[in-house]
Amino acid sequence: MSELMQFLLSGATVGAVYALVALGFTIIYNASDVVNFAQGEFVMLGGMTTVFAHAAGLPLPLAALVAVVATSALGVALNKLAIEPARGAPVVSLIIITIGASIFIRGAAQLVFDKQIHRFPAFTGDDPLHILGATILPQSLWVIGGALVVFVALWLFFTRTLTGRAVLATSNNRLAAQLVGINTNWVMTLSFALSAGIGALAGVLVTPITMTSYDVGIALALKGFAAAMLGGMGNPKGALVGGILLGLLESLTAGYLSSTYKDAAAFIVILGVLFFMPQGLFGRKSTDRV
Amino acid sequence: MLTVEGLRSRYGRIEVLHGIDLHVDSGEIVTVVGANGAGKTTLLRCLSGVQPVSGGSITFRGEVLTPVPAYKRLRRGLAQSPEGRQIFTNLTVEENLRLGAFLFSDDRVDRDMEDAFQMFPILKEKRNLAAGGLSGGQQQMLAMARALMGRPSCLLLDEPSMGLAPIIVQQIFDVVKGLKALNVTVLLVEQNAFGALKIADRGYVMETGHITMEGTAAELIADPRIREAYLGI
Repeated sequence: MSELMQFLLSGATVGAVYALVALGFTIIYNASDVVNFAQGEFVMLGGMTTVFAHAAGLPLPLAALVAVVATSALGVALNKLAIEPARGAPVVSLIIITIGASIFIRGAAQLVFDKQIHRFPAFTGDDPLHILGATILPQSLWVIGGALVVFVALWLFFTRTLTGRAVLATSNNRLAAQLVGINTNWVMTLSFALSAGIGALAGVLVTPITMTSYDVGIALALKGFAAAMLGGMGNPKGALVGGILLGLLESLTAGYLSSTYKDAAAFIVILGVLFFMPQGLFGRKSTDRV
Repeated sequence: MLTVEGLRSRYGRIEVLHGIDLHVDSGEIVTVVGANGAGKTTLLRCLSGVQPVSGGSITFRGEVLTPVPAYKRLRRGLAQSPEGRQIFTNLTVEENLRLGAFLFSDDRVDRDMEDAFQMFPILKEKRNLAAGGLSGGQQQMLAMARALMGRPSCLLLDEPSMGLAPIIVQQIFDVVKGLKALNVTVLLVEQNAFGALKIADRGYVMETGHITMEGTAAELIADPRIREAYLGI
């Protein structure tokens, strides 16, 4: 029993990180139909920038803030320099551009930072808490709490604010969005900034547990993508549920089968979703009528 | 109010508008009629800014509009109900209307929405449904109502009758005629020449990227060439 509880707790922690990555996918996908495979690099940059800013003498909270803001700025730059000039290109080309960008960011991080593995101290100590016979690190609660806060904030943004609905309108019909006065380029910029900021926040939260290095992004991007697909691409609720489910699945696979197969879980999920329910758990069925 | 001079536009290397001249005065309903492929939709797309212009000029209320990006043209008072309706299919009817007033967040938004529901009562019934599930006629009503939510002084209407049952077409043309009372100037592009000329003050006939005739609506309806080519009489 306590064994199962332990798997569930560690699964929820990892799942919360996947959920944050998937939420990042969701925002950019909603605004532009593009799946941004550089999303994992935002997570890496969040962790690495915090490490180096902290080492340079900044207090941890300030270093984390610098990391989130700098990564958001990089997200904006990615949109302005790589996506916007290719506007009008097919979505597949834009997706390939994001893959190229992720390779570029990874390479640049290797030069600007280094190739070592880093971590910084947990926010509120390393003494584990005991829950029903299992243990959980306080930092895990930060990760899970962070994912929940970001989810609620995004949900309010998309359903309760006019700006949020403008993002949804832009993704649904770019032409019509312009005709009602929405600056669609600005919506894209906003989406990349938000998405990169959320990715960086995930990196900041998880680094004390998993540690970070220049190359952690690619695996996170793939897992986050699997989570977003499982939940239904473009749906924030789906991203959250998909992320947590995938984390639990991984943790249970590692616990009861073998940790060798842990990573396979995500890819089996992708295949399963594509074969049996391409809309995902919460994906909206298209309601177009001609 | 709206003056177009020598307007040219092209898709790639193929020019489809070969120098269009027309004007719309404040308070008028002006229609541009012509067959499929004459360039009517391209003309409206140039006016709303989503189609690049390769020559000539567009002047709206004394301002040259050509360098103004599409999303800023509604701020100048120029709204478009586009070809194919282009509603936000994933959003509800009410959200579509609210986004029509994206530029505003004052008390008038709610009043305008009530006015829109009065104009098209069916939209009020369906206000919480996804707009993609509406019938063609309802979608056309929504597209027009959404454009009016932006408080335009001039409304560009692209083929509002396309693909609709005659009784719905009549209802939509009645609403267009009623826009005069709301001080909205209308430029109406139509293949349904007879229906459009019946409610218009003046009209232009467009053929393969040129304006070939112009006059008051009564003159055009009486013209034997028009009667033969477009009215089927």
